[in-house]
Amino acid sequence: MKTITTETDLGTYLVRLGDDNLIIAQRLGEYIASAPELEEDLAIANTGLDHLGIARHLYTLAGAIEGDGRSEDDFAMQRPERSFTNALLVEQPNTDFAFIMVRQLFFDAYQVPLWRWLSASGNVDLAGIAAKGLKEATYHLRRSSSWIVRLGDGTAESAARAQAAIEGLWRYTSELVTSDDLEDRLARNGLVPRSSDLAGEWTVTVDAVLDDAMLMRGSDPFQTSGGRTGVHTEHLGPLLAELQWMQRSYPGATW
Amino acid sequence: MVTTRTATLEAVRRLLAGVTDPEIPVLTIEDIGILRGVDLLDDGRVLVQITPTYSGCPAMEVIKEDIRAVLAEGGYDTEVSMTFMPPWTTEWMSDEGKRKLAGFGIAPPRSELTITDEVLCPQCGSGRSKVVSEFGSTACKRLLVCTTCGEPFDHFKEM
Repeated sequence: MKTITTETDLGTYLVRLGDDNLIIAQRLGEYIASAPELEEDLAIANTGLDHLGIARHLYTLAGAIEGDGRSEDDFAMQRPERSFTNALLVEQPNTDFAFIMVRQLFFDAYQVPLWRWLSASGNVDLAGIAAKGLKEATYHLRRSSSWIVRLGDGTAESAARAQAAIEGLWRYTSELVTSDDLEDRLARNGLVPRSSDLAGEWTVTVDAVLDDAMLMRGSDPFQTSGGRTGVHTEHLGPLLAELQWMQRSYPGATW
Repeated sequence: MVTTRTATLEAVRRLLAGVTDPEIPVLTIEDIGILRGVDLLDDGRVLVQITPTYSGCPAMEVIKEDIRAVLAEGGYDTEVSMTFMPPWTTEWMSDEGKRKLAGFGIAPPRSELTITDEVLCPQCGSGRSKVVSEFGSTACKRLLVCTTCGEPFDHFKEM
């Protein structure tokens, strides 16, 4: 059993952020070839690729800090469900295009202030990854925002689907901007922000987009959490089964 | 010894001038601005530092392999390392690189000073275009169509 140090805390935090990005990348990958038009399939693939790239860099840095020789692939392919600490939002299964874009809006609105903060982190490697993440997340947010406006201000059908997605995902939003002890310890050293400090900007961003789109905020008063401690919804297991089956069946296989 | 070192680094740089982006073969890694440094390690190996354009750019793996291969042909054992600071932006792309991009049919990224200018169609030079998609064939490009000549074209996004 390792003692808790700032290094082990930072490694744990990097894996948490890596998991967010890996899992949403996998969800986006699953949706390729289901978008309403070819250009959107490309956009979904490229957005997923950005998230996958960030996950790889975060896992690699976590492995280097941990010093036990774990590679990015070990983090992605060799851990069981309960070891994943992604937010519940990103593991929610794809239903329709409106759902994909609402999930993306909620996640982008969280990532933009997160990366902006982390690009000034006291850990220079993390700051470099975050600076790149900020550029990409800003671009993602522009796209998800404009789609939500098109859907909300589009047909009765598109508005109803967007509103249903907002309702369905609303209960997973406060987890994104809630802090825990790990963050508190790291924040005291100037390494990471408290997620609760990102809540204000998240709300302003999302409210402005929903206003523009003539959509309503979610009305579900129930909020759920657990992702950060490895307690997931029933949807993560099947996702990991598909993601990891090759390495589980043939450990260490390369080509 | 100093001369040997300088001569070696120059030779390595000459070889690296032959390493191009697999997606945009007219651009060398130096044109794009992702070649950050070349050094000699104490054990005699060559260290090449590169930085990614986009976090998930799949070309980076191919570029790493190409660097090792081209230097191996020159007799050098190479370590390629990835650096993130300062992060790459399109400001790192050389003017030569931007000219080559336009010649290849891809509208180059605008600089911070000209970001408000129109994107010029690489086919007919018109400044009139509309965005078809925020993403093109790769993460670094978006898809536009020229409203003057009607040709679709890729635009290397500013970032």
